[in-house]
Amino acid sequence: MGRTRFGLALTGLLALTAVFGPFVAPYGPTDFIDLPSTREVPGTLLGTDYFGQDVWSRFLHGGREILLLALVATGLGILLGATLGMYAAYRRGRTDEMIMRSLDVVLSFPQVLLSLVVIAMFGPSAWLIVLTVALSTTPRVARIIRGAAISVVESDFVAAADALGESRRRIIGAEVLPNVTAALLVEANLRLTYAIGLIASLAFLGFVPNPNAANWGLMVQENRLSLGEQPWGTLLPTLAIALLTIGTGLIGDGLSRAAAGIDRGRAQD
Amino acid sequence: MVVSLLIFLVTQGFPTDPAERILGREATPEALEALRAQFGLDDPLHEQYLQWLGGILTGDLGTSYATQVPVADYIGPRVGNSLFLLLCGALASIPVSVAIGAYAALRRDRGFDAASSIVSLVLAAMPEFVVGTLLVVLVATNVVQWFPAVTYLEVGAPPWSDAQGLVLPVLTLVISVAPYVARVMRASMIEVLESDYVEMARLKGLPERVVLWRHGFPNAVGPIFQVIALNLAYLAGGVVVVERLFNFPGIGSAIADSVVARDLPVIQFLALVIATVYVLTNLLADLGTVLVTPRLRTRLR
Repeated sequence: MGRTRFGLALTGLLALTAVFGPFVAPYGPTDFIDLPSTREVPGTLLGTDYFGQDVWSRFLHGGREILLLALVATGLGILLGATLGMYAAYRRGRTDEMIMRSLDVVLSFPQVLLSLVVIAMFGPSAWLIVLTVALSTTPRVARIIRGAAISVVESDFVAAADALGESRRRIIGAEVLPNVTAALLVEANLRLTYAIGLIASLAFLGFVPNPNAANWGLMVQENRLSLGEQPWGTLLPTLAIALLTIGTGLIGDGLSRAAAGIDRGRAQD
Repeated sequence: MVVSLLIFLVTQGFPTDPAERILGREATPEALEALRAQFGLDDPLHEQYLQWLGGILTGDLGTSYATQVPVADYIGPRVGNSLFLLLCGALASIPVSVAIGAYAALRRDRGFDAASSIVSLVLAAMPEFVVGTLLVVLVATNVVQWFPAVTYLEVGAPPWSDAQGLVLPVLTLVISVAPYVARVMRASMIEVLESDYVEMARLKGLPERVVLWRHGFPNAVGPIFQVIALNLAYLAGGVVVVERLFNFPGIGSAIADSVVARDLPVIQFLALVIATVYVLTNLLADLGTVLVTPRLRTRLR
């Protein structure tokens, strides 16, 4: 379990930095401090970035956007995907087919590409980014949850609830859902890791809601040219994103191993 | 088919006016009209769609909004570059990850297995541009300077003319993909090693090496195809970021540029290409899996 705890620590640390960073930053994210791309600047921790702003302060400000967008997008994708997956598994037959086929259409695009195409049309606004990431997350979640739900749906207690005439919504909510929770948690974590990576990558390519705001992904791109003299402009946000995703990845690893334990327990009943 | 329809609908059937965006807000109404007529934007939507499809099938891909150059000329050399990059990535990553996965399975739960599993996890979690940037910092700019940080490939020159510049992008792609393949290889290998099939071979007294190579390996390799194809597909998306990172003149950076410029014909075509590659590789994966697994093959008969 050492891995998972380490992952929790990493994620927690970076999440805290992202959320509370702006409160402790010595300068604002767009304050002009000194000459651009200078490593040693009195009054700053790590010098200035390509625009003359304080690298450390921008780093402290830069996590919020990515984290927030990723969390909301993942949450939305999980909600939609899990609901669709469970519903498809429960109904089976033609409904199942129809749902999964339509989701397959979305699946035929790599996630980055889908977002890029949509952004090309409507611009990189915050809610649009959230929507497209959620859109590409949903079918992937739905597949997994449907797979997990299929075995639950064929079990005795669901058949019993059916026979008793319980409403569909109750059955799905009260019988199916609790039994796919393990798979759901693991998938949620995996999707969050990808969402963070995806949104950071989009930011790296320049697609952010506010180009002036500090954003880790964007900062990596902005400061790339001055890697030689001022590595921290790029290195700090890079490390931040790396550690954050590694953290969530480690948590996911622990979760999936715990989930395997849960299932093993049930199989022994 | 559906994919192409979808792409077209999303890009062409949207509220904002491309003519306006190209010429800018101050353009006169006559200029806007002229541009629209030139690009056929006046025609009803379904006609535009048919025109576009017809064009693709006959090789006429339209003219780029941004550069006024025929799309085919703009894209042509880049497709070759990107394919070359992906090919190198695939060729490099497959043996490495298969080897790691198999070895980890053989030495299961011991040193190598545990270490490679953690490293895999770490590498898989990071987005590609992070991996790429860290590589650049390590071996190109700050720690040592073995490789260039960007490629100097000119559009039109053969991709292998800047071999040094290729190393880091390929390495980044390999690192992005290898963890997944290795993990599946390991799982598959473990399952095979514990199977009755291999038991039998061992009981027959065959030397361990024969057991592994003739009986174990071919069965373990089955699911690999699916994962490899899936990863190639994933790479098709990731190539955008990697190319942008290393200034590689391929379709990835072309898409990134054209999205910024809202260059419709280019985006449409490239999206179609990438999505098609994606779907094809998925299909190939399923086919390959069936063909390679001896067990499945006999069941087919």
